[in-house]
Amino acid sequence: MERKVYLDNAAATPVRKEVIEEMMPYFDREFGNPSTVYDLGSRVKAVIDEQRAKVAELIGARPEEIIFTSGGTEANNLAVKGIAFAHRKKGNHIIVSAIEHHSVLNSARFFERLDYEVTFLQADEYGLVDPNRLKELIRPETILVSITHASNEIGTIEPLAEIAEVCKENNVFFHTDAVATVGNVPVNVKELGVDLLSLSGIPLRAPKGTGALYFRKGLRLMPLMHGGIQESGRRGGTENVPGIVGLGKAAELAKAEIPAKVSHVKALRDKLVNGVLEKIEAVKYTGHPENRLSGHASFCVQAIEGEALVFMLSSHGIYANTGSACASKALKTSPVLVAIGVPAELAQGSIVFTLDINNTEEDIDYVLEKLPPVVDRLRAMSPLWGKAKPQAA
Amino acid sequence: MKFVKDIKADDTLDLVCRMCPLHLLEPGEKLACMKEGQVLEILTDYDGALEDIPSWCDKCGQEFIGIEEDEDCYKLYIRKKKGNGDGKESVSG
Repeated sequence: MERKVYLDNAAATPVRKEVIEEMMPYFDREFGNPSTVYDLGSRVKAVIDEQRAKVAELIGARPEEIIFTSGGTEANNLAVKGIAFAHRKKGNHIIVSAIEHHSVLNSARFFERLDYEVTFLQADEYGLVDPNRLKELIRPETILVSITHASNEIGTIEPLAEIAEVCKENNVFFHTDAVATVGNVPVNVKELGVDLLSLSGIPLRAPKGTGALYFRKGLRLMPLMHGGIQESGRRGGTENVPGIVGLGKAAELAKAEIPAKVSHVKALRDKLVNGVLEKIEAVKYTGHPENRLSGHASFCVQAIEGEALVFMLSSHGIYANTGSACASKALKTSPVLVAIGVPAELAQGSIVFTLDINNTEEDIDYVLEKLPPVVDRLRAMSPLWGKAKPQAA
Repeated sequence: MKFVKDIKADDTLDLVCRMCPLHLLEPGEKLACMKEGQVLEILTDYDGALEDIPSWCDKCGQEFIGIEEDEDCYKLYIRKKKGNGDGKESVSG
């Protein structure tokens, strides 16, 4: 039987067995609505608050600073829209980096349709945002800065503490999308100095459709979902109790395991990167070479389509990603790669590998065995190959 | 409606951007942690609170001091009279 090597852990992860076990009672035995006053509900409400404390503990927050959401996208929407709407009287200018996830970019663009202005802050060729450039862009009417902790597409970890300092000096709220980092590297909201932080259950191996927004105590935030008293009136709607329990358990387990995960995936990632760059010509390693997620390797392969590469690798049991829905579904150039100056033609060949604790050295050997001939086959069919050889390396 | 100015509060509850029934739930929780005679300031932009909070104070035996209109919200003041803040006497022992 052919080997299966799963290296798309930024997109989805298998839920941990301990997490599934913890969730099970909340599908049937403990099914009560947490908002009810009788014991079936109040017990579940207490369990939700225990999970809130576990998620808070993972990122160095207080339990009351956590709002459970349906994932990273909702958390990002709540952060950007919640601040922009709640603080309109203070100003109407928002700054986001050009390498944000669509849930931040499109939330910001939504405000361009209202009476707000949005500035898209460029990153350098490694995907790093410059805090000094940010300082120049902040105006008296700026209310929010949103810069990702790390892009899932290029893996670069941003200098958040320095950015937070700039925001604090200028009395501007600072949000970070930490979907790619929480669960993959140690994250502490107080050390980072952020006012809001989005996280997802996926890197924690919690169920899909789970996540949370950290918001600093005392911050005013306009809810996206108006409804009842859930999440202290900041997110109406009956809670996804099994999902929240899964997220809490996964957060609790992750806290102690992150350092070991970091060193394990980093060794494998380095082997993968060195192997790819050695065995395949005309490949660009995107993102920062050192300041990046330890289990993240992203490349642009000259003269081929990333989507075709992902598809052909999957026929060998290797699962990777193009890194961007623009490239894989809309056949458009990834805005993140464009923002860091990758030529459009080269950006088409984007491929991203995201590793997890379950990956092994044999997995990487297998990828390094199968990837070069797949690239050769695709290049043999490419009208671009030959013309463009020297550009990428 | 009784309007007041420059009331000194011992604690503040910010409910701006939040709606019914939070303005009737969180004051009770907050008052439960305060001492008799202390003043709670409630910040809200929910119009319904202007009627609801004085009437909630009546029901729960708390003293509604008055309201001040601020630039972006209302400030409502309650003096804690007794009990847990929700009208129920505290039980010791």
